[in-house]
Amino acid sequence: MEIFNIVIAGVGGQGVLMASRVLSESALASGMDVKQNEVHGMAQRGGSVISFVRIGERVNSPVVTPGTADLLISFEPLEALRYIHYLKPGGMLVYNKVAINPSTVASGLATYPSDVEERIARACTNAHGIEALSIAREAGNAKAVNMVMVGSVLSALPLDPRVVMGVVKAVSGGKGADVNLKALEGGAAARSSTIRND
Amino acid sequence: MKKIISGNEAIALSFSDSGGVFASGYPGTPSTETLEEVARLGRVYCEWAPNEKVGLESAIGASIAGGRAMATMKHVGVNVAADALMTLAYTGVNAGLILMVADDPGMHSSQNEQDSRNYARFAKIPMIEPSDSQEAYDLVRAGFELSERFDTPVMLRTTTRISHAKGVVEQKETLEPKIGEWVKNVPKYVMLPNFGKIRHVEIEERLLRLKEFAETTPLNRVEMGGTDLGILTSGVSYQHVKEACPDASILKLGLVHPLPERKIREFAGRVKSFMIVEELDAIFEEQIRAMGIRVDIGKDRIPLCGEVSADIVRAAAGEARVAESAAPVPDLPLRPPTFCPGCAHRGLFTVLSRLKVFVSGDIGCYTLGALPPMNAMHSCICMGASISAAHGMAKVNEIAGGRVKPVAVIGDSTFFHSGMTGLLGMAYNGGDALVVIMDNRTTAMTGGQDHPGSGRGLRGQATRQVDIVELVKVLGVENVVEINAYKIEETEAAIRKGLDTPGPYVLVDRNPCVLRYRVKRPIFAVDPDKCTGCRACLKVACVALGIVPSDGEQKVRIDPEICNGCGICSQHCKFDAISQGKVGGSDGNF
Repeated sequence: MEIFNIVIAGVGGQGVLMASRVLSESALASGMDVKQNEVHGMAQRGGSVISFVRIGERVNSPVVTPGTADLLISFEPLEALRYIHYLKPGGMLVYNKVAINPSTVASGLATYPSDVEERIARACTNAHGIEALSIAREAGNAKAVNMVMVGSVLSALPLDPRVVMGVVKAVSGGKGADVNLKALEGGAAARSSTIRND
Repeated sequence: MKKIISGNEAIALSFSDSGGVFASGYPGTPSTETLEEVARLGRVYCEWAPNEKVGLESAIGASIAGGRAMATMKHVGVNVAADALMTLAYTGVNAGLILMVADDPGMHSSQNEQDSRNYARFAKIPMIEPSDSQEAYDLVRAGFELSERFDTPVMLRTTTRISHAKGVVEQKETLEPKIGEWVKNVPKYVMLPNFGKIRHVEIEERLLRLKEFAETTPLNRVEMGGTDLGILTSGVSYQHVKEACPDASILKLGLVHPLPERKIREFAGRVKSFMIVEELDAIFEEQIRAMGIRVDIGKDRIPLCGEVSADIVRAAAGEARVAESAAPVPDLPLRPPTFCPGCAHRGLFTVLSRLKVFVSGDIGCYTLGALPPMNAMHSCICMGASISAAHGMAKVNEIAGGRVKPVAVIGDSTFFHSGMTGLLGMAYNGGDALVVIMDNRTTAMTGGQDHPGSGRGLRGQATRQVDIVELVKVLGVENVVEINAYKIEETEAAIRKGLDTPGPYVLVDRNPCVLRYRVKRPIFAVDPDKCTGCRACLKVACVALGIVPSDGEQKVRIDPEICNGCGICSQHCKFDAISQGKVGGSDGNF
């Protein structure tokens, strides 16, 4: 199989790392080779975060280069636009519609563009926005946005959704598993409704 | 069993599986998780040292006493440990000793991108370099064998894309740690000049033996493909090469110092075009050119700065068309890292920003105080330099006469690392700077590691907690005052007093890191009737704040999900519009 390239973007503290872990553990559990790479460090202080997951029979580089991603999952609209050039032509973008102010905007040094979603739609014909925060809240925890986002791309992954669910169950402890599985299902349902709307 | 782990985790696992006995080091991105994972695995003794030099020296002692030892650090940490390293190269080891160093090409979280391979050449010791997590696991064991066989410390070099990238690893059988003999050997371990002279000859001979070893070791392997293009590479660059040029022949080095001259000459002779792909310095290329071997493509096409990528290799090889990738969207507002909501650093830097003093900074979260809108840090060189550099500034100040005292800002962990000696020097030499120590009880920027002032050790054990105020007094500073950086008027008054009082003056803030200690305070809210939209509060650069339209006006709102109740913004409001515990503002989505 061709290597399947996933880019996950978001803001420090949103759980990008855990989402990446779920995807790569699921690939391993499916008997595939996988490389996962995100940069820790200064990004954790509310900065922009980007993570790569590459799945295939044999994966070499841990880095996805611009123009080659099959799938971009963004936890925030501005971050979707920031990394949209990683998508290959025809690649799919799923993004959380809930905006988070960068520090530059919060301190009045910049303004949050009012037309982010329009620009996303112009740049990518296969883009789908979902209300991940309210879905996470319905599932029982606002912090489950990351699992909502993973759920939203389940049908687009080269993985059996049941394997992903098993991994989510295994990596989240006790009560967290129920919330995370609900979030996963909520995300999957939201994504299929965007397909109908298209 | 197969598992998916990072390079750092693989090194820790292999250290624990390969008879490791003692590990020490100092946190530094991207090396930090290695020792944390040794601690989590719980099979081998490990500890945080106050700095990299102490960490390496303790590992040397462990090796002399017969235990396999490892010291871990980031690239710039080796500068601190270099004094020990350069003479350790002479003494050699008893039990195996690995110095794990994590470089940061691309400077994801570092002040420079120095190439640690220079240190292996400088110290004349072997260096091994993995290209993924599995190799990281395998090379720790190989490194110990190499170290003991050749009586030498071994440097294990990673880069950010090895340390933090995760890949599939298959674990090997566990070796039980064997503690060797603890032998007194004065000519080997006491580097008086006469003994050192003998050891120097020894290490030159050792290097020749290592060169022979490099010719035959499976750590260096040839993967013959087409003969049009042959590429010599190592580390993560090997993975980029495999991706970019799948048909090329490859000479992949796992032992990156010393180089296998005959093997390289033979390989270069078998291919039409010989290319070298190495991140950062032209270390392979310069040595290989000095051997008289023709290099067709090297640093003329592979940049000296930043990371190598598959695209860079493709373009340099010129054999495949680089994928037309879309350009990044221009002019988006940046999202740089910033002080966490609720962080005490924010209070200090809003005051320093207002006072317009020269701030001599240091390495830690507080370095972010240099960014707009604070703009309140004006130099930052290396760990500990805040105080010693401020001392130099103060002396010039004295000579020039009549200028405002410089202010040094340093964190607790950095103070223990190498700020203490600077303060000792300042007190000893009658310096005239104000020093602010932000003691948040953790090594925060690297993710919250313990240190001599936190009261806990790496393995979670309780330790004696060093009192920074008492320590400052012992170093010879009479004026040391505690402040609370959440109270900005009080903090400003304390700073002004320190600036007006001649001689060294130290302020200590002891508010704990809100992230590490999960501090949660009642949140603040804006009363939209009182908010005039003047934006004075936005100067605190907190991501909880934002402007939202309200009745046609621009008003500030505090996001209740993000606010952590420090109240620093409220102290900047002249209209008393921000207060604790009240619900106000619109529910604008931002």
